[in-house]
Amino acid sequence: MNTALEYLRENRLPHIWCPGCGHGTIMGAVVRAIARLNFDKNKVVIVSGIGCSSRAPGYMDFDTLHTTHGRALAFATGIKHARPDLKVIVMTGDGDATAIGGNHFIHAARRNIGITTIVMNNNIYGMTSGQVSPMTPKGALGTTAPYGNIDRSFDLVQLAQASGATYVGRATTYHVPLLIDLIEHALQNDGFSVVEAMTPCPTYFGRKNKMGGAVELLTMLKDNAVNIKAASALSEEKLKGKFLIGEFVNKSEPEFTNEYAKMVEQVQRKFDTFQGGLRECEQNSD
Amino acid sequence: MNTAKLMQGNEACTIGALTAGLNFYAGYPITPSTEIAELCSEELPKIGGKFIQMEDEIASMAAIIGASLAGCKAMTATSGPGFSLMQENIGYAAIAEIPVVIINVQRVGPSTGMPTSPAQGDVMQARWGTHGDHPIVVLAPGNVRECFDLTIRAFNIAEKYRVPVIVLTDEVIGHMREKVVLPDISKLKIENRIRPKSKNDYKPFEGDAETLVPPMADFGTGYRYHVTGLSHDVTGFPTNKGEIAGKQLERLLKKIERAEPELRDYFTESTDDCEILVVSFGSSAMSSLSAVRKARSQGIKVGLFRPKTIWPFPVEPLKAIAEKTTTIIVPEMNAGQLIYEIERIAGCNKHVMGIHKLNGELFKPDEIYNAIVQGARK
Repeated sequence: MNTALEYLRENRLPHIWCPGCGHGTIMGAVVRAIARLNFDKNKVVIVSGIGCSSRAPGYMDFDTLHTTHGRALAFATGIKHARPDLKVIVMTGDGDATAIGGNHFIHAARRNIGITTIVMNNNIYGMTSGQVSPMTPKGALGTTAPYGNIDRSFDLVQLAQASGATYVGRATTYHVPLLIDLIEHALQNDGFSVVEAMTPCPTYFGRKNKMGGAVELLTMLKDNAVNIKAASALSEEKLKGKFLIGEFVNKSEPEFTNEYAKMVEQVQRKFDTFQGGLRECEQNSD
Repeated sequence: MNTAKLMQGNEACTIGALTAGLNFYAGYPITPSTEIAELCSEELPKIGGKFIQMEDEIASMAAIIGASLAGCKAMTATSGPGFSLMQENIGYAAIAEIPVVIINVQRVGPSTGMPTSPAQGDVMQARWGTHGDHPIVVLAPGNVRECFDLTIRAFNIAEKYRVPVIVLTDEVIGHMREKVVLPDISKLKIENRIRPKSKNDYKPFEGDAETLVPPMADFGTGYRYHVTGLSHDVTGFPTNKGEIAGKQLERLLKKIERAEPELRDYFTESTDDCEILVVSFGSSAMSSLSAVRKARSQGIKVGLFRPKTIWPFPVEPLKAIAEKTTTIIVPEMNAGQLIYEIERIAGCNKHVMGIHKLNGELFKPDEIYNAIVQGARK
């Protein structure tokens, strides 16, 4: 078995993330899950968008693609569709995945294309210094919500599930063994998988909201997380102010590139050779 | 095989693309380009190629870049509003040097404008639509057969120079049907990107000493390299060092500058002794040609210069002809875009006259003929 370190570009380290940021922990969890599965590092592609989260691929020893803001899943869709044999992993942030990239997120889930998406949720835009995101809790402060955030926030697990993702999990950077397990399971799913990794941003979210430093924020993740397996036995009152972690969806459904391959097979049986250019085109408007 | 066919411009673009080796198409429906997506959805599965209808044009552009990195010859097609949405990722393809082809079938704008009417309002957007200095190549077919030829050429240029190439047609060129005789496909030159020979010390963004183009490795073949839209050094990793970033950008611009004589492509008629020159491209050039011929038959010394590569503009050939003329007429289905380039090339002592169309109608040959007659009187 390979060690996790073999999947990192050691010469690119140390990383740029702030002290107390959980992004390194999440990157560590991803390479540990890959190491457990013993993936060939020549057959893995990591794709990211823009933001703190999206710097991760630069440190990882695979073919890596740092794209435009919000578009990682669309680039990744091109790669996976072109080369279904590759393991395609998207590492994205809460703003990248649910604001500017929200449309791509729901459509990748709808297609159930075989991409594993790790959403590094720190509830804030860190790279641009602390603006609120669609996953900033209502009432929280951000540099663009100086009087408190009046927007409601997404529940990413519900969003992914409703959009058709066939694997959905959530863990935190406190619950690292669980996080590695979930990513491992997600990587084994043929279809579209989402793992939300909740991570503290002491520099902006914690400081702006006077929630303390890295230790306090991590303690909060520890104290407020309830595993979905335990949740059903708890009263509504006991669950107030808590969030659920664990495995929410794990099911097998037809995956996009497999479906495409099946279609190609059928079509090719019908048409032996390329006869292009003989068809009358219809003209549509709008 | 090479019998005459009645073919539509959009169809000719698609067949050209398939002939050039297209095996990945991502797109989003938009008039007047949709036939290209429809035809690709029908033909690509037959050859084991990939088609995908994406959620929007931003995603379409992203998907073809991803597919190109995975080794495919990839294309999308769109029109005005979709072309606007693609701009950010076109810039990504430029800085990350990803071969891709974008067909923009122009319609009247701005905004939704007139979806089923032709215009030539994207001349400047095709060149400067994405932010920042960047290399780009734009080809403009003037008839259906050229849709086939120039789409093949677009792929060849994209592959050879690792640059996004735009095929700029319009609603008339895209929807018009003409009799077309395709060339012997086995005799066509098809370019494929140069791939690295060795995994040792692969520098994905170190240009070849002569062409300035770096070899490109396919994802998933063991090179394990990094690609980013951030300014980067020869290894592909981001850099904040201005000197390195500046040098890389200079190389990107120079690789196209240096290739200009090869990229040059234009058509001329009656330019040997012309005193008046009409410079016209795309569907406007069909009317221009007709007008020039009519004026010639009346003894007016007029010629036509029709650029097929409009960016980089074939400066030297136009300059050589323009020097001998007194008046240059530039008919465009816009309020005057390519005319800026013509004025720049012609110099300030020439009379450069634009005629414009903003109503979604083609030029009538007589509108251009009248301008020629007017020019002849001066």
